[in-house]
Amino acid sequence: MGNALLQYATVLILSIFVGVEIVAKVPSILHTPLMSGSNAIHGVILVGSMIVLGTANNSVEEILGFVAVILATLNVVGGFVVTDRMLEMFKAKPKPQPKKEEAQ
Amino acid sequence: MSRTTLIDLLYLVAATTFLIALKGLGSPKRARIGNIVAAIGMAVAIGATFFYQDAEGKGLAHINLMVLGMVIGTIVAVPAARFVQMTAMPQLVAIFNGVGGGAAALVAITEFMHIKNEQPPTYVVLEVLLGVLIGTVSFSGSAIAYAKLQELMTGRPITYPGQQLINAIFGVASLAIIVALLVSPSTTFLWVLLALSFILGIAFVLPIGGADVPVLISLLNSFTGLAVAASGFTIGSNVLIVAGTLVGASGILLTRMMSKAMGRSLANVLFSAFGSNVTASGDGAREDGRTVRSGTPDDIGVLLAYASKVIIIPGYGLAVAQAQHVVRELVDELEKKGVEVFYAIHPVAGRMPGHMNVLLAEANVPYEQLREMDEANSEMSTADVALVVGANDTVNPAAKADPSSPIYGMPIINADQAESVVFLKRSMRPGFAGIENELLFDPKTVLLFGDAKDTLTKLVAAVTNS
Repeated sequence: MGNALLQYATVLILSIFVGVEIVAKVPSILHTPLMSGSNAIHGVILVGSMIVLGTANNSVEEILGFVAVILATLNVVGGFVVTDRMLEMFKAKPKPQPKKEEAQ
Repeated sequence: MSRTTLIDLLYLVAATTFLIALKGLGSPKRARIGNIVAAIGMAVAIGATFFYQDAEGKGLAHINLMVLGMVIGTIVAVPAARFVQMTAMPQLVAIFNGVGGGAAALVAITEFMHIKNEQPPTYVVLEVLLGVLIGTVSFSGSAIAYAKLQELMTGRPITYPGQQLINAIFGVASLAIIVALLVSPSTTFLWVLLALSFILGIAFVLPIGGADVPVLISLLNSFTGLAVAASGFTIGSNVLIVAGTLVGASGILLTRMMSKAMGRSLANVLFSAFGSNVTASGDGAREDGRTVRSGTPDDIGVLLAYASKVIIIPGYGLAVAQAQHVVRELVDELEKKGVEVFYAIHPVAGRMPGHMNVLLAEANVPYEQLREMDEANSEMSTADVALVVGANDTVNPAAKADPSSPIYGMPIINADQAESVVFLKRSMRPGFAGIENELLFDPKTVLLFGDAKDTLTKLVAAVTNS
């Protein structure tokens, strides 16, 4: 277990630096989608919820695990769909009106 | 390759897609595809988990219940995410974040019940307890944040005497319970910790004013990430640790960037109960007899139509009135008349950074017409008209001039430097942060009261006819 802990700690430390590094350059107009997108990513707790439900030994654990699965699904599905909806608009923008004479 | 190795490999694939997604969010072009890639990676991780085996090679039970839970979650989440108004986006993100925190806390609690009779090492219990604490704070905090943004409760900071002290006591009590649990893992103590964390989350959010709630949501988002990472340690899952930590670390940085965009420190946002005494100071600032100049749509239409450069400064009022489409019509009309028009977007216009860009994008406003604050400010002195639509705090010159103002130091759009200023406002009520705006009383300012959509529609007609 000591080794596993060390391995997890390695992953933790590296992820901290990667996380900070990646976000440092995001422009402010994308802060909202970024917040929403990372919100969807922590929905990965669904994997944990599935494991605790699947290994539940008694009905209390089952109920807690079941509720966790529902909540985590809300997080992950809602998170990705909302983010996609926001980003869809960023994408559609330059195409429909290609005029840019407004600078002159 | 054993089954467990294969599953771990799929988790690695998923973790990689999360990195790609966050990286992609750095540019508007790649952001959407990145998000889709992450969604696929997430689906892979979830699919793989169905085949999970524990150390003894036992698979997961309750698969039916699992699928049922997912179906319920999906049925609720998809319509909510699809059909909620774009203006309600911040509170929706708050809710999705809160349930994620709740799930993380539940996972930690369940895991605690699982292992408490097996004499787990202290650090495992500590991970579990941190998961419970952080996850629950995120859950209850997000719920209050939702209520504030949805206006189920006042958006003003809620303060009471001794607040900081009481919060500190709750915090210390939580830590004490954690220590007690480390010494003797009892379920009763766990419920106490749960209750304390719940109260802590509420107490933490109550004194934060509506204008600052988005920063708070970003912070709570980061908390949920950390809670997920803690759960990852407990159940020994790399993908949870990677994803949770990525969100936790990037979320804290994002939170700092957001508070910086408002010209304030994070500590100031969280603990200063910003905007709580504004009603009083607002009344004091308005001297009796001072009047504002209000105009008719026709006057203002002419003013706009014969200008050579108009800068539109949209704010949350535009979003509330769903007026983003009408404002685009107005711009189209003005351009037909040869007027140069662009939008000046304050970084915190709307209720979240970038919120206004999303709303205008929804109305098909071309990207080239959007200018960021600094760029807009450099052109402001050459503009004939600054048209402020439903914005207030983001053009308040007090942020530059009045060191006693609560928003002093916040970067603003210098609407006051334009030749003349037009405000479309619902009323004389101060803005989101609750602060009086001197610019309204400036002689070169004209006000047009009413719902932004109505007034803009009238302006479109006036411009077309002039």
